[in-house]
Amino acid sequence: MTTTTSPAAFDSTPQSSAQALRQNLLRNLRKLLRNPLSVAGLVVILLLLLLAAFAPLVATHNPLLQDLGNTLKAPSAANWFGTDEYGRDIFSRLVYGSRITLYIISLVTVIVGPVGLTIGVVSGYFGGWVDTVFMRITDIFVSFPGLVLALAFVAALGPGLDHAVIAIALTAWPPIARLARAETLSLRKADFIVAVQLQGASPLRILVRHVAPMCLSSVVVRLTMNMAGIILTAAGLGFLGLGAQPPIPEWGAMISAGRRYMLECWWLVAMPGAAIMMVSLAFNLFGDGMRDVLDPRSE
Amino acid sequence: MAMIEVDKLNLSFGEGDDANQVLHDVCIAVSEGEAFGLVGESGSGKTTVLRCLAGQYNHWSGRLAIDGENLGRKLEKARCRKVQMVFQDPYGSLHPRHTVETALTEPLAIHGIGDASRRIDAILTKVGLPTSFRYRYPHQLSGGQRQRVAIARALILEPRILLLDEPTSALDVSVQAEILNLLADLRQREGLTYLLVTHDLGVVAHLCDRVAVMQHGRIVDLIESANLVGCVPEHPYTRMLVEASRHYDRHMADSVAPEAA
Repeated sequence: MTTTTSPAAFDSTPQSSAQALRQNLLRNLRKLLRNPLSVAGLVVILLLLLLAAFAPLVATHNPLLQDLGNTLKAPSAANWFGTDEYGRDIFSRLVYGSRITLYIISLVTVIVGPVGLTIGVVSGYFGGWVDTVFMRITDIFVSFPGLVLALAFVAALGPGLDHAVIAIALTAWPPIARLARAETLSLRKADFIVAVQLQGASPLRILVRHVAPMCLSSVVVRLTMNMAGIILTAAGLGFLGLGAQPPIPEWGAMISAGRRYMLECWWLVAMPGAAIMMVSLAFNLFGDGMRDVLDPRSE
Repeated sequence: MAMIEVDKLNLSFGEGDDANQVLHDVCIAVSEGEAFGLVGESGSGKTTVLRCLAGQYNHWSGRLAIDGENLGRKLEKARCRKVQMVFQDPYGSLHPRHTVETALTEPLAIHGIGDASRRIDAILTKVGLPTSFRYRYPHQLSGGQRQRVAIARALILEPRILLLDEPTSALDVSVQAEILNLLADLRQREGLTYLLVTHDLGVVAHLCDRVAVMQHGRIVDLIESANLVGCVPEHPYTRMLVEASRHYDRHMADSVAPEAA
């Protein structure tokens, strides 16, 4: 009775759900790799990951070892990026610092992503007083500048890397929640959500299996873009002495320590500064590419 | 006994002075195995009746009964297994990130029905899709194929009533015929009861036995769909709908214009 035409321009018909998923991923990956800027971002991020993973092999010196006879040396063959006021090798400190940067980024993202997504999706889907309560809480958090709020929290909790992570996470979730809420609002009345409601699905099932996956892509994009901000906030806290404590080689703290010698010894500030700039730029570029790939509106 | 009973159904949106009553004392009775059409212009409330029956709106007043049982305000799982709905736009009614298999497994999982793989194969065959389509995403399907998947999703719970909300209006003409034939076939084979909403009298004449004509939230006429083709309907609004579906007539347009203004 029927003739079925196979749509052209698509890969061969997948034979299993695993294959269907793989085809989808490959298609997205191809789209991502077509954008040279996002590839550049991806390369820098991968480099950062490798650097962090193999820090002991890459570093030329012990990052914590002081050599007071060799302080404030300009970049040379022995110390590629020079030495700081205690004679510690700046290159090695940067290499180990990448671990701290990644630690902060990943921890904040792991906290912020699920929390923001959950709050946003729940408040967008149920609406009414649930929405009002969640959104007013979000408004309160948004009404302070992020760094100031983080400063207040760290001041209350006491300085330290973990406290900095908590403080940054507290300031980073509201934009995610708002994004997820907006996305959910646009989905709530969509036919495919109504259809699954009419099949008798519980709200939890609808949220987890039908609404959240649709919000996930824009949340992932936003998180990637946020990572740049997280790096800067962490560096800012480090610079103010409220983040990582000495002698931990955190990039912001390194800039802060080098500030006093900045005019004579530019490398103390320029090297960690360049590292922060490169990494946050890389996350921004990669985030842009991710948005082109994942944003449903750009398909 | 009537399979679907709608008795004095009233529904309004908004509260107090802003209340906008969209349904006024709507009464329909559809017997088992019948295909019943609801026609009317846009905004006449026909889809709203369907959504009340499906359980999407629950602030109606009056009486709704399916298979002799009065419907409550809450959407119970048992009701979902009796009544399923096919939506107008197959581009919006399938989850864009779910494969055909996921979309069809979902209702089975919700109702705890096992043997999913065999059921999916069976239902795909039933709606005329190759079983190899299981692992496709909606964007890899054409409009007609999507609508078949949507019909399969509605039928996989083996409901006795299918609510059809303009199931063909988003499709192009050749595909419309395929879907209508499929629906007619399925009704015959499965003994389904249809409540079909449309503004296309051709679709009604093809698929339905009886038609109710709605205007401004009221049922204004009830006729045998066979009478749509040959006879001249008695009710003026129905006559106008039929006239409008046949051709454009200056005289009729003139006669309607003063009322519209």
